[in-house]
Amino acid sequence: MSTHGSGSGEHPAGSTRLFVTVWLWLAAVTGVEVFLGYVQLQPTLMLSLLVILSVCKAALIVAYFMHLKYERFSLTLALIPATIFCITMMLIFFFPDSMRILRLGTGAR
Amino acid sequence: MHEAKEAALGSLWSGGTAPFATSSKKLGMWLFIVSDTLTFSAVLLAYSYLRLANPDWPRPFAFYPAIVKSTAMTVILLASSLTMVLGVAAAHRNDRRSTVRWLLATALCGATFVGLHLTEWVELFHEGYTPWSTPEGMPLFGATFFGTTGLHMLHVSIGVLYLLFMAVGIGRNKFTADDVEVSGLYWHFVDLVWMFVFPLMYLMSIHS
Repeated sequence: MSTHGSGSGEHPAGSTRLFVTVWLWLAAVTGVEVFLGYVQLQPTLMLSLLVILSVCKAALIVAYFMHLKYERFSLTLALIPATIFCITMMLIFFFPDSMRILRLGTGAR
Repeated sequence: MHEAKEAALGSLWSGGTAPFATSSKKLGMWLFIVSDTLTFSAVLLAYSYLRLANPDWPRPFAFYPAIVKSTAMTVILLASSLTMVLGVAAAHRNDRRSTVRWLLATALCGATFVGLHLTEWVELFHEGYTPWSTPEGMPLFGATFFGTTGLHMLHVSIGVLYLLFMAVGIGRNKFTADDVEVSGLYWHFVDLVWMFVFPLMYLMSIHS
């Protein structure tokens, strides 16, 4: 978060070169993901790796394409931690509860 | 002490009438994106659980043609993000002609994506995969697959209409560069969601 934007008048939005570079990185990570699909790992490991790679891609898209790197840092602070917090809450409460249903059963026959 | 604190906060949260020094339209779009992120997160979390909890989850996708095709769709959607960025850049240069051209290119990529995705759906229907049944007798697969990709496809379709609307409006000089940027935010978000849907839905269900 080096550049903090300087109002909406001038836009230090990055050059075409930068956008193409980001795009090539995104395509490369997609390539790695497809390769992972080709070799097929154990599902839990596979899912974890895919999600990690996708989060990296999402970060690139948000920072450069969606311009967040060049906005006020306070906007990033307002949006990103809240989103991560909510998703973490879903993870914390959803998975243990659903796993408990697996273990105990639903009671239905 | 107090003044120093205020100065520090002022530089961080400076805004006054325009919070975060962004336009209200842009802030509104960001808030929508956050809420939509949570919708998709919930859907994908539920799917991930079901996928991991079922050892015999259906794997209907062959590496060729299904995965090759969905990879092509991914690249097309990524490419549309690139054309969108270039469109926003053109709008900030006040170059209306190229803005319209880039917006139309983006919309075309989006429409191609939806078209390819629909052919994919039709093939799955023919193989017996529907939102309520699969040949393996695991309707959960159909429900999550068609539910998630359908929700995403709806977003892409709305995005294509949005971009066409923007292109016409820019052509008539009705919108500003800021409006184009806001439509760009939406479009990139749709691309971002696919970056999760594609690996989780497709790459986790390749049959060996």
